[in-house]
Amino acid sequence: MMTTNRMFLIAFTVSLLAACGQKDAAEPDASDAGDASRLKVGFVYVTPISDAGWTHQHDLGRLQMEETLGDQVETKYIESVPEGAEAERVIRQFAADGFDLVFTTSFGYMNPTMKVAEMFPDTTFEHATGYKSAANVGTYVARFYEGRYLSGIVAGKMTKSNVAGYVAAFPIPEVLRGINAFTLGMRSVNPDAEVKVIWTNSWFDPGREREAADVLITQGADIVTHHTDSTAAVQAAEEKGVYAIGYHSDMSRYGETAHLTAVTHHWGDFYTRRAQEVLDGSWSSQNVWGGIKEGMIRLAPLNDAVPADVAALVAEKEAAIRSGDLHPFSGPISNQDGEELVAPGTTMSDEDLQKMEWYVEGVQGKLPR
Amino acid sequence: MNDVLVGIILATLGAGTPLVFAALGELITEKSGVLNLGVEGMMLVGAVCGFAVAADTGSLWLGVVTAMTAGAFMALLFGVLTLTFQANQVAAGLALTIFGVGLSAYIGLEYTSVALTGLQAVHIPLLSSMPLIGPTIFSLDPLMYLSFVLLAAISYFLYRSKAGLLLRAIGESPRSAHSIGYPVIRIRYLAVLFGGGMAGLGGAYLALVYTPLWVEGMTAGRGWISLALVVFATWRPARVILGAYLFGGVTILQLHVQGLGIDLPAQLLSSLPYIATIVVLVLISRDINTIRLNSPASIGKTFHPGA
Amino acid sequence: MRFKIEARPQPSARMAYLSPLIAVGLTLFTGLILSTLVGTNPLDAFYAFFIAPIDDWYGLGELGVKAAPLMLIAVGLAIGFRANIWNIGAEGQLAVGAICGGGLALWFYESSSVFLLPAMIVAGCIGGMLWSSIPAFLRTRFNTNEILVSLMLNYVAVLILSYLVHDPWRDPSGFNFPESRLFTDAASLPIILDGTRLHAGFIIALLVVALGWVFVRKSFVGYKMQVVGMADSAALYAGFRRKHMVWIGLLAGGGAAGIAGISEVAGPIGQLLPSVSPGYGYAAIIVAFVGRLHPVGILFASLLMSLLYLGGESAQMLLGLPSAVTGVFQGVLLFFLLAADLFINYRIRREPAVSPIVAATAADTEVTP
Repeated sequence: MMTTNRMFLIAFTVSLLAACGQKDAAEPDASDAGDASRLKVGFVYVTPISDAGWTHQHDLGRLQMEETLGDQVETKYIESVPEGAEAERVIRQFAADGFDLVFTTSFGYMNPTMKVAEMFPDTTFEHATGYKSAANVGTYVARFYEGRYLSGIVAGKMTKSNVAGYVAAFPIPEVLRGINAFTLGMRSVNPDAEVKVIWTNSWFDPGREREAADVLITQGADIVTHHTDSTAAVQAAEEKGVYAIGYHSDMSRYGETAHLTAVTHHWGDFYTRRAQEVLDGSWSSQNVWGGIKEGMIRLAPLNDAVPADVAALVAEKEAAIRSGDLHPFSGPISNQDGEELVAPGTTMSDEDLQKMEWYVEGVQGKLPR
Repeated sequence: MNDVLVGIILATLGAGTPLVFAALGELITEKSGVLNLGVEGMMLVGAVCGFAVAADTGSLWLGVVTAMTAGAFMALLFGVLTLTFQANQVAAGLALTIFGVGLSAYIGLEYTSVALTGLQAVHIPLLSSMPLIGPTIFSLDPLMYLSFVLLAAISYFLYRSKAGLLLRAIGESPRSAHSIGYPVIRIRYLAVLFGGGMAGLGGAYLALVYTPLWVEGMTAGRGWISLALVVFATWRPARVILGAYLFGGVTILQLHVQGLGIDLPAQLLSSLPYIATIVVLVLISRDINTIRLNSPASIGKTFHPGA
Repeated sequence: MRFKIEARPQPSARMAYLSPLIAVGLTLFTGLILSTLVGTNPLDAFYAFFIAPIDDWYGLGELGVKAAPLMLIAVGLAIGFRANIWNIGAEGQLAVGAICGGGLALWFYESSSVFLLPAMIVAGCIGGMLWSSIPAFLRTRFNTNEILVSLMLNYVAVLILSYLVHDPWRDPSGFNFPESRLFTDAASLPIILDGTRLHAGFIIALLVVALGWVFVRKSFVGYKMQVVGMADSAALYAGFRRKHMVWIGLLAGGGAAGIAGISEVAGPIGQLLPSVSPGYGYAAIIVAFVGRLHPVGILFASLLMSLLYLGGESAQMLLGLPSAVTGVFQGVLLFFLLAADLFINYRIRREPAVSPIVAATAADTEVTP
C-alpha cells in the first residue's frame, strides 16, 4: 500500500511540475493573435447554445459575423454563465485576455458589464436588452414586438375559438411588450379575440411549458405561442391538434401541422456591423433598437394552412412596419382597466416601451404585480 | 366542463408519471437502507440515452429500454462507491447528480436538434368510449399503464413476497440479516440498480413521451421532487402515487387558476405544490408510529459486513 | 486469492492526509484519458483546470469569493450532519438571509451609518435561522422528516425572492426590470484585496469556520451532537435531548446559510436579484462531506470545490470545451475523493487461498433464502 501511495504522490507532483512548465505554451499569448488588426470578439451566453431559443440565435449571429469578416476576426464564447456575480468574472476574463469586443447577451449581465467596462476602458462592450451604457458600453435590443404584432394578425385570422394562449416565463417588460403587441395584432383583425397568459416562472422547463400549453388548450385556446426557451409549447400544440407560433427560432420541425409561423431573431448583421466599426475605429456607444427594418426580426415562412389572403395581409403590414407607416403601439391603446394609455394618432415612446408593465385590453387576467 | 375535467385529469397523470417512476425506484433503494440522492442525475442520463437511441434507431421502445439500462448503470457507480467503497451515501448521491447532469449534457450535445414523435396514447377499445373515465383512465400512453402495473407489482413484492420481506429486513437491520447469512450487500446492489433503472424510466418518460426533445437539464428538479415524495409517502408505494398526483395535480390546478385570470401573484400560485406537500406530510407524520413502522431504520448508514 | 476489505482497528491518520492526494492523482489520470478522448492535450487540460484560474491575484481573489459561501454553509450544515440531521434546505435559507439583510439595506437606503452593515449580517443570519426553524419545528413537534420540508422550502424561498424583486422591491428607476436598487457603499462589504473582488465576507467565513471548530472540538454541545449522531441510544441514555439537537443542528445550518446569503448580495452581487446563488446550498453539502464534516477539512474542501468551478469556466475559455465537460470532471473528482476515503477506515488485505475443507464448511452454513 505504501509504495502505491508514494507512486501516486510522485505522479501528482510530476504532473504539477510538468503542467507549470507547459504554462507558457498553453497560455493564450496576446501576441499570437497574428497581425494586430485581427479583432478578438467574445460572447457571453446565459444558456447552452442548443438547437433553438435565445442563445442559439445569438450564436447564429456570431457564426454569420465570422463568415462575413473571415480572417479579420476570431471569436470565442462561453455558455451557461449564470447572471449576477459569476458573470463579472467571465466578462473580466475576456477583457483581461485582450479581447477587443465583448457581447454580453442577457439582461442580468448589465451591472457586471458596467463594472468590468470601468476597469477596462480600452475594451468595447455591447450589452443586450439593458438600459445602462457608457463610453465603451453600447446597448442593443430588437423590436421583438413588431414580429409579435404580425404573428398576432396570423393568429387573429386563424383562430376559431377566438382564444389564444401565451406561455410566458417572467413578467419583465420585454415579455409584456410581446404579449401586448400580439394581442393588439390579433384584435386588429379580430376584435373578439382574447389572450390568456400563464407564467411558468422559469425560462427553461420544457415539462412546465408543456403543462401550461395543455392547460391553455383545455381552457379553449386554439393558438398557442410562448416566450420561453424550449420548443415544448409547439410540440404540445401539435399533439393536441391546435396551432402554434414559435419564438426565437423557426420551430416548424417540432410541429409540422401546428406551426403557423415564428418570430425569429437575427443578430448577424448587427454583430458584423459593430465588429466592422471597431475594426475601422468608427464605433461609438449607441442604444440600438433594431426591428423588421434592420432585419433583426423576421417572420418565419408561413405554414401552408395559412390562406393566401391572410399571407398577403401580413406581407402588407410587414411592409408598413418596415417603412415606418405602421407602429404596433400607436394609439388608441387602452389598458385592461379601460384607461387610455396612448392617444389616437400618437405612438409610444421607446422609453415607455422599455418600461412597460401593464396589459392591453384583451389580455385576460391580472398582471402578477 | 367535462372536457375541462378530462383535461385536468390527463394533465395531472402526465405531470405525475415521471415522478411515480423515479419515486418508486428510490423507494425500493431506500427500503434496503440506502439513500441515493442522485436521482436527478440518473433521470437525465436515462433521458438522454433513451432519446439518443430512439433518434438513431427509430424505435421508441428500444429507447425506453436503453434509458432504464443507462439509469441502472449510473446507479451501479453509486453502488460501488457506497456499498463497496463505504463512501458516505449523501455525498456520493450528490456527486452522482453533478456527474449525471454533466454527462447527460455532454452526450446530448449532438441531439439537441432532433424532434421525435413520442409514444402515443392507447385508446382501449370499447372502454375508452365511456364517459369521463373513458378518455382518461382508458386512453393513456403505454408508460402510464406500466406505472400502474409497477405500483401493483412493487406493493405485492414488498408486502406479500418473501424477497420483499428480506429487503425490508435488510433495511431495518442489516447486521441481523447479515448474521443470519443473507447477502446484504448483494441485495442492496440489486435494490440500487432497480432504483437507477426506474429513474432512467422516469427520464425516458420525459424525453420520449411528455416532451419528445432533448435539452440539457430538462428534468428541471423532478428528481429532487421524487426524493421528497418517497419521504412524503412514508415509504409506502401507494402513497408514492398519491403524492406524485397530488404534486402534479396542484401544479396543474395553479396553472388553470392563472389561465382563468384570477388575481393572485403567480409566484404564490407556483409555490402551492410545495406547500401542499409539506402540509399533507405534516398531517401524515403526526402519528409517530406510522413513521416508525415504515421508515427503514438503517437508511443512510454505511454497512460493512466484515466489521 | 481474493481481496478482502477489512476494518482497521483505528482510523489511519496517515491515510486521512494521503487520501485526497490519491484521489487527485486518480482524477488526473482519468483526466488524461478523458482529455485524449475529447481531443485535447491532457497537460493543457490540467493547466486550464487547475493552474490558469489562480495564476494571478484576481484569480486567487475569485477563489476566495467562491469558497467563502461554500465553507460558511458547509460548517453550519456539518454541525447538523454530525447528528444525522439532514438539512437539504441551505439554498432556501441562503435566499431568505439575502432577503432579510437586503431588505434592511433597502429600508435604510439613505443611511450611511457604520452599523448598517453589521445589522444586515445579523439580519441575514436571523433570516436563515427563521427559515430553518420551520423544518426544526415540524420535526420536533410533528415528526415530519426534515429532508422533505427543507427541500420544498428551497423552492418557496426562491419564489418569495422572485416576487419581491419583481414587484414591491423593484428598483423604481430600473425600467421595471426584476432587480432591487444597487446597495449603497454603507451597505456593501468592503474589498479586502485591491484589484480583486475578495470582500470582507471571506473574513466572516473564516471566523465562522473557527467558531465551528471551537464548537465541534471544545464545546460540550458539540460533543453531545456527535454522540447523538454516532450512537443514538447511547445519547438517549445519557440524557442528551434529541429535540435540542435538532434545533441546534438546523439553526446552525440556517444561520450560516443566511450569513452566506447576505454576504453574496452585499458583496459581489450588490443588489437583490431573482437568483442570488448558483447552487451554493447544494454544493456546500458535498463540501461538508469531502471535508469529512470537520471545519478544517471543510476549509480545504471549499477551496478545492471553488477551484473546480473556476477550472470549468477556464476550460471553456482556453480549450473551447463545452460547459458539460465541467460537470463530468467535477463528478469524477468527487467520486475518487469519496472512494479514496475508504482507506482511512478500512484496508485491503489479500486473503490467502482458502483450503477446500474450510470453503465447504463455510458454504454449508450459508442460509438459502
